[in-house]
Amino acid sequence: MNTKPWKHPLGQAAIVVVLAYVLFEWGIWLLPPLFGVASAPVPATVVLQYMGTVVVGVLIWVSDSEERWKQFKAPIHRVMVDPRQKVLRTALMVTIPLLVAFMTFDRVRPTVSAPAALRSVHPAPPGQIDFRGETMVLNGLENPLRHEGDLEEHYEEGKRIYVQNCMPCHGDALDGQGHFASAFNPAPLSFQDPGTIVQLTESFVFWRIAKGGPGLPREATPWDSAMPAWEDLLTAEEIWQVTIYLYEQTGWEPRTWEEEGAEGEEH
Amino acid sequence: MFPGVDKTSERNVPKPGMTWRSGAGPILLLGALALLVMAEPAFAQVPAGRDYGDFPVIGGRAAVWIAAQVHLLFAAFVLGVPMFAVVTEAIGMFGGDERYDKLSKEFTRLLLVAYSATAIWGGILLFLLVTIYPTLFSYLAQIFNLSMWIYVGLFFFESFTLYLYYYGWDRWKKGRAKWFHWGLGIALNVWGTIVMFIANGWLTYMMSPPADVTVDTAPQMIQLWTALTNATWMPINIHRLIANVVFGGAVVGAYAAYRFLAAKSDEERAHYDWMGYVGNMIAIGALIVLPFAGYWLGREIYEFNQQMGITMMGGFMSWLWIIQAFLIGILFLAGNYYLWVGMGRIPGAERFMPYTKYMLAVLIVGVIVWATPNTMIASREEFAAMGGTHHPFLSVLGLMSGKNTAVNFMILTTFLSFLLYRRANKEPVVPWARTGTIVQGAIFIIASAVVLFYGIYGYRVPTIVRIGFSVYQVLTVLACIIGVITIDLLMLRGATSRGTIRWGRMPARSQYALFILAVTFTWLMGLMGFARSGIRQHWHVFEVIRDTSPWAATPALGYSSVVISACVLIFFGLVAFIFWLGSLAEKPVISSAGRTSAAGGIQSDLQPAPSEG
Repeated sequence: MNTKPWKHPLGQAAIVVVLAYVLFEWGIWLLPPLFGVASAPVPATVVLQYMGTVVVGVLIWVSDSEERWKQFKAPIHRVMVDPRQKVLRTALMVTIPLLVAFMTFDRVRPTVSAPAALRSVHPAPPGQIDFRGETMVLNGLENPLRHEGDLEEHYEEGKRIYVQNCMPCHGDALDGQGHFASAFNPAPLSFQDPGTIVQLTESFVFWRIAKGGPGLPREATPWDSAMPAWEDLLTAEEIWQVTIYLYEQTGWEPRTWEEEGAEGEEH
Repeated sequence: MFPGVDKTSERNVPKPGMTWRSGAGPILLLGALALLVMAEPAFAQVPAGRDYGDFPVIGGRAAVWIAAQVHLLFAAFVLGVPMFAVVTEAIGMFGGDERYDKLSKEFTRLLLVAYSATAIWGGILLFLLVTIYPTLFSYLAQIFNLSMWIYVGLFFFESFTLYLYYYGWDRWKKGRAKWFHWGLGIALNVWGTIVMFIANGWLTYMMSPPADVTVDTAPQMIQLWTALTNATWMPINIHRLIANVVFGGAVVGAYAAYRFLAAKSDEERAHYDWMGYVGNMIAIGALIVLPFAGYWLGREIYEFNQQMGITMMGGFMSWLWIIQAFLIGILFLAGNYYLWVGMGRIPGAERFMPYTKYMLAVLIVGVIVWATPNTMIASREEFAAMGGTHHPFLSVLGLMSGKNTAVNFMILTTFLSFLLYRRANKEPVVPWARTGTIVQGAIFIIASAVVLFYGIYGYRVPTIVRIGFSVYQVLTVLACIIGVITIDLLMLRGATSRGTIRWGRMPARSQYALFILAVTFTWLMGLMGFARSGIRQHWHVFEVIRDTSPWAATPALGYSSVVISACVLIFFGLVAFIFWLGSLAEKPVISSAGRTSAAGGIQSDLQPAPSEG
């Protein structure tokens, strides 16, 4: 190559791929905390997904212009056919298959850890549940205490119930970092997370509290939750109160139901 | 519900891996009899004989699934292609360019064989349904019998209209006869659309039956119109109508790519290069509006039943949306790639080429954001490190606000690619050209800012408000597209040329992008069709008729992907045969006069400046 590697399409492509890998593997994990934003290592499946996308992008870039495509291929072609490149060619012919073999081995070798899990965090709720012998229709159900009694009292009562029953796992800051949290895997949910209760209606939260892990639907099996079923320990009113506490304390608004009317006419 | 009855019948069907505990049989039999007695009133209202049939090796469900899917793929093709065949014929009629007429005829030639294939697979589906799911079919037939007869009648009309449309092409070529011929094309679309709407009524009834239909409702008591016009009927109609255009465009593009690669002469190559471009433009153009229709459908599903909505978007089907995001990402990338490579044959496009890398960067970031799962697949160690299934930093991208913003940026970028491609060899002559370009740029910037604003603000509002924001984002993008293209049409009137497009001078790799588009669309239709159908879970008719067959469990995503991939292979195997048949038929007559005819107006939208130079 006559040009400098970083000015040649092949070199530029390699640089982009390496930089992207560094960003996904370590950048996302280590950079946000420098600005006070929480982060964690990115799961290997996500890194693989991101890298696949970047590699496709790089291939598009090197081949969308005929001239660049020729430049990109030239060194590869030279290594493959030029008699003077025999040593490099041989080295690549050995190294690349070995690398692939090692990666294959690494993926399939037996390990003591459980395989990667595909977990439904938002299992679909049933249309209705049986709560203490009574049928409760979840579709369209709203927290009745929002229109009954004093909201402040419900909040205080919900707080008491939460501290007595939920705090050891879900934490006093509702962030899933309770005293027992580290004993569970997966860890208890953080209600502060924008992906949890803010996405859900209060009837969904009621169902999860009442029925817990054992009440997860069959689609979520094998269920992976240590959440107890509180149906026999808390009354419906207490569950609604603690639900109010969860939303009021985190500042999230519960998901509301669509306006009736059009829906009613349709079916 | 008739669980007891169903369990007795289940035992007649071989069930792999099923174990039968000794001693349990009599007890279960007694239980089943007891349930049978209890369920008697309801049982009396449905036809007797709830047994399911079986199918060797792959099982009954997979057999019906494959037949339905392949039938649907062909049906989508034969419904989509006439739509733009009529449009291209009209462009030929009103623009005076005969090449569009020939192109339209070539589209229609593909239809003939595809139409037979659609009917054959429809027949296969029908016979499999009758033999494998006789009771369900009988139930549906009791509700929809009248519509089934109308369907068959329309199918008859549609077939003969197609034959007249194709075989009368050269006979009714001039004057009023041409108008009559064009009218046939419109009639073909009308029949086809009604046929699709009727069939959509049947399948959407299974998904979202009217609220007053319960397990105890006798099928004879259900009004046909109420059953047809259920909650998800119209969203599916619109979604499929647009998707058929997309799919038809993609398959025509693939046909053109095949013919381009097999071409022996420069003339042939030029023709099929142009045809591929038109197919791609139709596919990507219609794809841009497809997410809006899909969004409406999703919203209606959620409104119909929360359980269905969550199963689809947040439950075990949610991973399909990640796969979908990837596949749509591939579509956007392949569509743009085809345009960028195509710029190599347009004089004057060099000035825009340096910008493609920035557009590519936007698309790649868009795909990354869109395909970031909310709930990640991870090992136990990785879950522990993240403190749960949500990544503390990346989970932000897993939410709707981030994803909607990403996809809207991808649509804007793709539209920009089209715009640059369209303008590549043109030099506007209107005095306000510079101002017009600045205004266009401003519209793009404003639209991007609005999309970004609602994307970020969406994180700070309740979910129900955030969902509404996606409508604002969509409307902004649509307004941008309409505004910018209007200015462009006015600005490029009478534009001079920077040189003639060198049709046929495309590298072979660009044609594979067209194949990728067609295959990806097909896969997507299969996958998302599975999601739509699968959210019924163990119900034939949601919460009305329970699926008690051995295949009642919703299949795992891996198994589903294999079945869908098999459908895609079967479809493309047959399509390859149809393409080959197409090449056996008459060769298109490429009019050199056509390529040098005047361009302008609508024509220049489809074929950027073929005439200049």
